[in-house]
Amino acid sequence: MKVIVDQSKCVAAGQCVLSAPDVFDQREEDGIVVLLAENPPEHLVEDVRQAVVLCPAQAIWLEEQAKEEKQEDKE
Amino acid sequence: MSTFWAPGTDAPPAEAPDYPMPRAAGCPFDPPPALQTVQGQTPISRVRLWDGGTPWLVTRYEDVRALLADPRISAESTHPHYPHMSPAMKERRRQSWTFINMDDPEHARLRRMVTAAFSIKRVDALRPAIQKIVDGLIDAMLAGPKPVDLVQAFALPVPSLVICELLGVPYADHDFFQANSRVLIKRTTSADQARVATQQLLDYLDRLIGDKLAHPADDLLSTLTERISARELSRSEAADMGMLLLIAGHETTANMIALGTLALLQHPAQLTRLRESDDPKVVASAVEELLRYLSIVHSGRRRVALEDIEVGGVTIRAGEGVVLANDVANRDPDAFPAPDQLDVDRNPRHHVAFGFGVHQCLGQPLARVELQVVYSTLYRRIPTLRLAVDLDEIPFKHDGNVYGVYELPVTW
Repeated sequence: MKVIVDQSKCVAAGQCVLSAPDVFDQREEDGIVVLLAENPPEHLVEDVRQAVVLCPAQAIWLEEQAKEEKQEDKE
Repeated sequence: MSTFWAPGTDAPPAEAPDYPMPRAAGCPFDPPPALQTVQGQTPISRVRLWDGGTPWLVTRYEDVRALLADPRISAESTHPHYPHMSPAMKERRRQSWTFINMDDPEHARLRRMVTAAFSIKRVDALRPAIQKIVDGLIDAMLAGPKPVDLVQAFALPVPSLVICELLGVPYADHDFFQANSRVLIKRTTSADQARVATQQLLDYLDRLIGDKLAHPADDLLSTLTERISARELSRSEAADMGMLLLIAGHETTANMIALGTLALLQHPAQLTRLRESDDPKVVASAVEELLRYLSIVHSGRRRVALEDIEVGGVTIRAGEGVVLANDVANRDPDAFPAPDQLDVDRNPRHHVAFGFGVHQCLGQPLARVELQVVYSTLYRRIPTLRLAVDLDEIPFKHDGNVYGVYELPVTW
């Protein structure tokens, strides 16, 4: 599983860090998301999925979702 | 309650029910019954506001969440059909326009000027200081006379002290800013009263910003003055933001502390579960559950459609107002099983008490830590805490844009 974040969409609510602190962090200067682990280990997958659901700005994707989005863009 | 205007009927908006709707007597923690009836019957219907406007009301969790995150929905309060909460809020928004009522990209530009102070790490670093504040106020309560009003002795001072420290506002001025904040939050406040309260707060913030420009300190107002010096922010915009953070930083959390305590006292098994657990996860879960169950921001999130949007078979036309009722959405049985039950083990992190979308509460990490410290400390240090009056003598904020209690007489 590959995690993708979009810093331009992030609103620094911190939901991802609360869900998966080993995968997500926040920039010191403005709290914007920083990805710590692009391919997180299996035992963190559920936490990452929770971060995806809870992110209010929908700034986090998993790879399979990102592919779907790309296809939609082409259509 | 069968008169609300719903899809498929031709009833004119003239028959739309008044909103907000009243809560039932004796059920102070539950959303208005009429609102729950609407939620069960239709995903979208018209309501009538204080100014005669008839925006759409959306009540179901999935719809509320989706619309709050929908870029076709605007938070711009300058729009002619923006459904204002009250005469006071309309006046305040006119006088003091902040990023919570702007759309991107301007919203993001301004919000990002203050997000650093509310990051998870920065807020977590405040935990010992918050614990000290909470312990000190409990010491003072235990040493003083009883019964005592928990609102004045504890619930208001905790978040006020914290936000003052964070912003760099002197706590000695708390009577002043709490009183003006109280005026602005009441639904019954007139536009004239709101104008005066807003101006007093803006003048006050402007004076503080002047001080910080001359003598910067390690606080958030000083951070804003750096932006002023860099010409990224005007001095009046900084005062607007300071006022927003000062009000939002104390009013909501204070209500969660007092109303949360009352809810727990009325649910003794839940209170015992919370008090007797050493597990921080149980405390964190209890905070999320009380946020969901109480949903103190109970006047709906107010928005305007920028394009035609279809919801539940109805088309919201571009330009129409929309009220997204996050309070009753948090009681949607499709999102929360047995939604009217308070269950501190539920951990319902997907609630919309802080809203959703790009405007989701900026201060939520701070509110969480404050509530975690309070809920894990107060009932352990005063295990015999109880109401000093009957429940029906408690004055609830039925007339507030934010719900809570005006007083909470307690003893032990």
